[in-house]
Amino acid sequence: MKKNEENVQIGAKVKLGASDVIVRTFGYIVISIYALACIFPFLIIVGSSFTAETVIRQEGVKLIPKEFTMQAYEMVCMSGTIWKSYLLTFALTAIGTTLGLSIIAMTGYALQRKDFPFRNVISFYIYFTSLFSAGLAPYYLLMTQTYKLKDSYLAVLLPLMMSPWLIILMKNFVKAIPHEITESGKIDGAGDMKIFVSLILPMLKPALATIGLFLALGYWNEWYQSSLFLSSKVDVKPLQYTLYEVVNKMDALKNSVAGQYVTLADIPTESVKMANAVLATGPIVFLYPFIQKYFISGITVGAVKG
Amino acid sequence: MRKQSEKKASQMQVKRPNFFKLLWKYRVLTLMCVPAIVFFFAFSYMPLPGIYVAFVKYNYGKGIFGSKFVGLQNFEFLAESGKLLTLTRNTILYNLAFIILGNLLAVFVAILLNEMRSKWFKKVSQTMMFLPYFISQVLVGVLVYNLLNYDTGFVNGVLSSLGLEKWQPYADPNCWPVLLVIIYLWQQTGYNSVVYFAAIMGIDAEMIEASKVDGANAFQKIRYIILPSLKPTIVILLLFALGGVVKGNFGLFYNIIGTNSLLYGTTDIIETFVYRATMTDFNFSTASAVGLYQSVIGFVIVMTVNYIVKKIEPDYSLF
Repeated sequence: MKKNEENVQIGAKVKLGASDVIVRTFGYIVISIYALACIFPFLIIVGSSFTAETVIRQEGVKLIPKEFTMQAYEMVCMSGTIWKSYLLTFALTAIGTTLGLSIIAMTGYALQRKDFPFRNVISFYIYFTSLFSAGLAPYYLLMTQTYKLKDSYLAVLLPLMMSPWLIILMKNFVKAIPHEITESGKIDGAGDMKIFVSLILPMLKPALATIGLFLALGYWNEWYQSSLFLSSKVDVKPLQYTLYEVVNKMDALKNSVAGQYVTLADIPTESVKMANAVLATGPIVFLYPFIQKYFISGITVGAVKG
Repeated sequence: MRKQSEKKASQMQVKRPNFFKLLWKYRVLTLMCVPAIVFFFAFSYMPLPGIYVAFVKYNYGKGIFGSKFVGLQNFEFLAESGKLLTLTRNTILYNLAFIILGNLLAVFVAILLNEMRSKWFKKVSQTMMFLPYFISQVLVGVLVYNLLNYDTGFVNGVLSSLGLEKWQPYADPNCWPVLLVIIYLWQQTGYNSVVYFAAIMGIDAEMIEASKVDGANAFQKIRYIILPSLKPTIVILLLFALGGVVKGNFGLFYNIIGTNSLLYGTTDIIETFVYRATMTDFNFSTASAVGLYQSVIGFVIVMTVNYIVKKIEPDYSLF
C-alpha cells in the first residue's frame, strides 16, 4: 500500500521541492503512527494497573482509568515478594556484569593482539560454539545432573556471563586502538597485563559501557535460565521470571500479594498482574532513553564481523 | 597432495618444539584467555557428548551412557509421525517472514527517518521505536495478552463498545501466523533500522549534494543513491539472517502461545517442542533427537551462507 502511493508520486513527476514535501509529510505521518504504536501497549498496562478490578472485568482494559485506584500497587508492595526479586535481580546483574565484562575485555584484547600466536585457534574455539550446539536436552542434563545446579542461582548467573557475539564486539572495539599503544608500552618495559590495565582499558571506556550494558540488560530481562533451573523450591526468583509466574500461575499470583492470608476471590487479579508488569519494567523504561546511544554504537560496531 | 602433507609435516616438526616456548613467552596473554576458554568448555563443549542421548532410550536411573542404545529409532519415530516436518515447516516459514519483512520494514523506516529535518522529531520517534527492544519477552507476552484476550482485552473492549462481535484469537490457530509476524516487527524494527540508518549516514554527503545540483528530486535521490548504497548492507544482513533460518525465536513463541495446545498446529516451532519434551515430558531422547537434527541442518546452512558471502563479498565472510 505505502509503496504504491510512493510509486504514484514518482509517476506524477512532481516539481523539484514538491517531492521533498511529499516524502517528508508522508514520513512524519508514518513514523508518528509507528512510534505511537510502539509505546501504546505500555500505556494500556499502566492505565489498567490503576483501574478498579470491577471496571476491568466489565469493560476490559482501558487507556485511561475510569475508577482510579492504587489498590493493586498497595497489595503488591505490601507483600514484599517483588522487593526480594528486585534485590536478587540487582545482585545477579551487578555480579554477572562485572565478572563477564572483565573476562570479555581481557579476552578481546588478547585475541586482537597481532603478535599473539594462539589468537586464531582461540577465536575459532569460541566462535565455533555459535555454529554448533548440543541443544537443550543435553545442556539441561549436564547442568542438573553433572553440575548439580538445579535450584541454584549459579545456573542463572553463569551462563549469561558472556557470548561469542560480545567477545567479537569487544575485539572490534579493541581493533580501533592503534597497535602503537601496545608497542610503546612494551618499549617502556611494561608487561602485557600492565599494558592492558593502564594503557588499553582507559581507552576502552565506551566499549566497556556498551558491552556492560548489553550484559546488564541480559541479566535484567533474564527469565529463560530461571524457567529451566529454578523450581518451586526456590522462594525468590529473578524479576522477569517472577512476572512470568504471576501472570501464568495462580498460586504465584496469590503469593505476590499477601501469601496465604487472602483467598483468590479477594484479589483484583488483572490489575495485580498489570501492577507487577509495571514494577518489573519501570526502571528500564526510565533508564533506556539515556543509555540507548551505547546500544546503537554496539549494534553498528557489531553488525560487521572483524 | 603428498607434497602438501609432507610440507605440513615438516612445518609441524619445526613448530612442535616451539609450542611450549611460545606458550611461556605469551603466558600472560594466554592466561587472559583462560577464563573464557574454561567458560565455553564448561557450557558449550561439555554438553556435546550428551548428544548421545538422542540414540538411546533414556533411563533416568542408568544415566545417558548406561541407557539402552536404539540407533536411529528416535529419529524414525519423529519422521514417521510427521512431527519433524511440521516443526521444520513452521520454524522456517516464520523465520522467512521475520527476516524478509523485518529487513524491508527496517530499510523503509531508516530511509524515512533520514528524510526528517526536525532533529527533535527524529530523536523522540527513534527513542519510542527503540523501547520494545529493551523489554523482556515475558512483558511482550503480557502486552499481547492485554490487547487480545477475550474477557478483558483492549481490542475486544473497543469491539464491544462499537456493538461488534468479540474476537477470540486465543482459540483460533489461523490468525497467529499474521499476529506473530506483526508482533515480531513491532519488537524488532527499531533495533533493525539502526544498522540501516547508520549505513545511510555513512553515504558520501557530496554525492547527495551533487544529485541535488543535478536536479534530482527526493524520490530520485532515494531510488538512485540511497537504495543502491544500502544494497550491500541489505544483502549481507539478509544472508546472515538466513544462516539462522532453522533457529526459532523461543522467547516470543513461548511467552505468547505458552502451553495453549489449541494453537500448536500453526505455532509450534522446533524450540517450543524441544522445551516441552525436556521440561514437561522429561523425554530427553526425543528432545535431543530434534535438537541434533536442528543443529546439523543449521550448521550446513551457515556453512553454505558463509560460502556464498565469501564469493560475493570476501571481506564480510565469517571465516
